[in-house]
Amino acid sequence: MDEVRKIAKLARLELTDAEVERFSRELGDVIKAFDALSVAEGEEPSFRPVDIENVMRDDTAGKCLTREEALSNTKHKEKGFFKGPKVIDK
Amino acid sequence: MKYNISVKEFLASLKAGSVDQQDFNEAFNRELKALRKHEFFQHEEGMKGKGMPISVKDNICVKGMQSTAGSRILAGYKPTFDATAVTKMRDAGSIIGKTNQDEFGFGTFSVNSGWGIPKNPLDTERTCGGSSGGAAGLTAALSVPHVALAESTGGSISCPSAFCGVVGITPTYGLVSRYGLIDYANSLDKIGTMGKSVWDAAFALSLIAGRDEKDSTSLDAKKKDYTKTRSVKGMKMAVPKEYFINVEKNVEKNAWVAIKRLESDGVTYEEVSLPTTQSALYAYYIIATVEASTNLARYCGMRYGMEQAMKGDFNQYFTSVRTAGFGAEAKRRIILGTYARMAGYRNAYYLKAMKMRTLVIKDFKRIFSKFDAIAAPTMPALPPKFSEIEKLTPMQTYQMDALTVPHNLAGMPAVSVPCARMTGIHLIGDHLQEEKIISLAFAYEGKE
Repeated sequence: MDEVRKIAKLARLELTDAEVERFSRELGDVIKAFDALSVAEGEEPSFRPVDIENVMRDDTAGKCLTREEALSNTKHKEKGFFKGPKVIDK
Repeated sequence: MKYNISVKEFLASLKAGSVDQQDFNEAFNRELKALRKHEFFQHEEGMKGKGMPISVKDNICVKGMQSTAGSRILAGYKPTFDATAVTKMRDAGSIIGKTNQDEFGFGTFSVNSGWGIPKNPLDTERTCGGSSGGAAGLTAALSVPHVALAESTGGSISCPSAFCGVVGITPTYGLVSRYGLIDYANSLDKIGTMGKSVWDAAFALSLIAGRDEKDSTSLDAKKKDYTKTRSVKGMKMAVPKEYFINVEKNVEKNAWVAIKRLESDGVTYEEVSLPTTQSALYAYYIIATVEASTNLARYCGMRYGMEQAMKGDFNQYFTSVRTAGFGAEAKRRIILGTYARMAGYRNAYYLKAMKMRTLVIKDFKRIFSKFDAIAAPTMPALPPKFSEIEKLTPMQTYQMDALTVPHNLAGMPAVSVPCARMTGIHLIGDHLQEEKIISLAFAYEGKE
């Protein structure tokens, strides 16, 4: 339970007591199943299903978003910039 | 109804100039309107333009159309660009809207959407499947020509295709550009297609496949017309015995009927073993949740999507928006994924799952060194009723994905073709062997 609260805090989520209780129970089941996963020791990990290595494109300038486009999906903007929440107290 | 024709016939009529597009669009929109109660759409635009009607799963960006991946946290987000797959489809037709799905793809029944729950057109008490439930339900319900762009992470194209009785193609990982896809799990996500027939889905795949410099994981595959088939005579299919464990009796029976029918076309089969089947499911859920929790970290009520009045410091603001915007399953997967990549657990879970993926790929490669395809039931059961879904635990729900997850984890392509009511036969192939499995699908369907 405390662990679920700690993870929620890391993930920036606020959970109700009922959610903490339910997720703790359900995660217990899932984690038990995950612990069965041990037979692959000694194998190289596959971070992707298909091998892909160092894909580059030509170093030429392409079309970018305009400032108007970039700002078109938010109300929180000022003088052509995104506006965010307070980071430090004065 | 005069437009009750296949996509192939429709395109031929368009080319010959014998279709009154205005009249067709009106007829099409009347059908769409009659289907509204099924909640197939997050956003329904209707057929306004030229060519073939194309629906797009909500997690694939369409310029100017609200694109939310089924999540309230992206409410109001209108992309300023098209996904590459959408750009490539535009020459052939017009986008009719964004189809409903489980939030970010988190689900098997499309009940985890922020925008209503799509109902199966074959039985409205049952699920369409998921996560591309709206795409499959709409494809099944329309009597007029239409193709769907869908997406699969662990079975989200095959599952709803089987449940709704349509054809779904999940391509090899990287065959179709993921640029403009709202990511669930980057090492697993694949954009694919759905249609009422193998031809429809194969045609759409031919349009969207190919390398894209905007997606560095897209493959440099040769351009192909997937509607051109080859003879299946002499092809060999493997039937894994693990794919018949915990499968409903009728589904099992119908899968065998389908396999025997292909046998009459000169395709042979042999029963084989894929011992990593169950471990693949666990490895998949670790990889999928870890990658999802990383991807979902970007949603914080700034720049796009759900916003609130800015109060408190940034931690308070982000927490407030994320708590309001994500649904229960998204929260569950964020918690699970964050846990699995916390200091001290990464090697125990994430790295172990990546090593398991290596074994799963080897397991499939061993089979494909001797066989052209794997044949098996697409889903282990019929689509459950909504009243039954409520009683399932997360582990029971995840278990429903047991037959679709392994090849998705290995990045291998699959076609699901209807073989009985709300049941699909699954044809799975090696990397970039779409041509083989689509040829088998054509042979099974009995057309072309």
